[in-house]
Amino acid sequence: MRDVAVVSFAQAPSVRREPERNEVEILMPVVAEAVDRSGIKDKIGFTCSGSCDYLAGQPFAFVWGLEAIGAWPPIRESHVEMDGAWALYEAWVLLQEGEIDAALVYGFGKSSPGKLRDVMALQLDPYYLAPLWVDSVSVAALQARAMLDAGAHTEREMAEVAARSRRDAMGNPNAQVAMEQSADEILSEPYLVSPLRVSDCPPITDGAAAVVLAAGDVAREATARPAWIRGIEHRVEAHYLGVRDLTRSPSTERAAQAAGAANDKIDVAELLAPFTHQELILRDALELAKPNGTKINPSGGALAANPVMAAGLIRIGEAATRIMAGEADRALAHATSGPCLQQNLVCVLEGV
Amino acid sequence: MTVEPVEIIRTPIRLEYDYTPGGARSRFLRGLEQGKILGERCPSCHKVYVGGGSGACARCGVPCTDVVPLPDTGTVTTFCVVNLPFAGATIEIPYTSASILIDGADIPLMALIQECPADHVRMGMRVEAVWVPDDERAPTMDTIRYFRPTGESDAPIDDVLKKMRDA
Repeated sequence: MRDVAVVSFAQAPSVRREPERNEVEILMPVVAEAVDRSGIKDKIGFTCSGSCDYLAGQPFAFVWGLEAIGAWPPIRESHVEMDGAWALYEAWVLLQEGEIDAALVYGFGKSSPGKLRDVMALQLDPYYLAPLWVDSVSVAALQARAMLDAGAHTEREMAEVAARSRRDAMGNPNAQVAMEQSADEILSEPYLVSPLRVSDCPPITDGAAAVVLAAGDVAREATARPAWIRGIEHRVEAHYLGVRDLTRSPSTERAAQAAGAANDKIDVAELLAPFTHQELILRDALELAKPNGTKINPSGGALAANPVMAAGLIRIGEAATRIMAGEADRALAHATSGPCLQQNLVCVLEGV
Repeated sequence: MTVEPVEIIRTPIRLEYDYTPGGARSRFLRGLEQGKILGERCPSCHKVYVGGGSGACARCGVPCTDVVPLPDTGTVTTFCVVNLPFAGATIEIPYTSASILIDGADIPLMALIQECPADHVRMGMRVEAVWVPDDERAPTMDTIRYFRPTGESDAPIDDVLKKMRDA
């Protein structure tokens, strides 16, 4: 396997609503920052992005995103209608082929133009579930209820995830929801969609992120301590919710196994768990359930800022940042896509 | 008893969105409201964009910040005659949709050509904007009703296209 690393990362401050800037205007400074910081602009041989046209409500909105990077003379480019984490995976695959030495990856999304809960309902199958308009919070609540009723975890554990995430987010200048709040205070909130309270749910966020990947010596040229990708895999489960065991995440288990997550201890894990119960399910799947020295979501995670289509790429960027800064030697980043953790990506990063 | 198979289902979908034009398109639309066509110059390659794009120079990937007032005249660089009605159409067919290079701009914008039979429209034809009455102007493309021929002699189209390519 060719040594490929994250060498720079940039993100837009996550906000509830960007009232004036369009997607390209949000993206431009973020891409410029990531590319400038890498110092290897001339080596970038591929660009890959992740976004979703349903967020903007405009067909081919993703093509617009290209204006942020100046695609002239014509560039080699690709796009996934998924979180930018999967765009990073595609770029990593191309880097493995050895034709290019560096790649730019970005993910962006404004969730504020539409009603996100309804927009996300359209990722359900179009015949049986989408016509019911099962919104994204209701689908997540279905999963949380299944998890609680299976006796795997408690509402208090969920509240503790919420409290810890928002507390840790106070140290993250890009976070949207950051506060000191106890699990008891959270448990006293009314339900939004039982058994989920508002605090169990992610904020609605406009945002963007960009990563530069580089291989071998080009990575070493870009930064003193690249965050080497030692394993990256993704697995997907069935689309129809009724055929899945929603209380577990076997796709995460398999992706983690294939990525070699358990080969050594993990200092930091950045998990894309938009809902509190999903972090509990992911921790079980990744065997991060018990206190074992792994710091989980020091950024605050998706409960502090959830720019859809960028939030997974941000997990990789946050984990890589800890490595590049020398704060961690081995980190795990996770991204998810689809309803109830349908598809999961695990990326293992190391400093040496 | 035979059971008829389900062959078709209808599942209507409706989503509503708030559209954010962004800085450049907002400036362009506000300009229309005042009866002006405003372009934006790229600080890097100096191309002048008009029509309120993304706010970026698509070649350079940098924000266009210099506002450039432009006239409401231009040259047809290409066009098509529409003979098919479509849902929601408010114009009688046939009509002509054209790429118009506004004088002083480097990127054409799309608009309708009217007051001219469709088969008279040609590349190089000089056209001018026909605006709605002043009190009806709004920050929308509808503020320019269409373009019509000025009656001037045609612009040398090969030179116009070359300038656009080389800009």
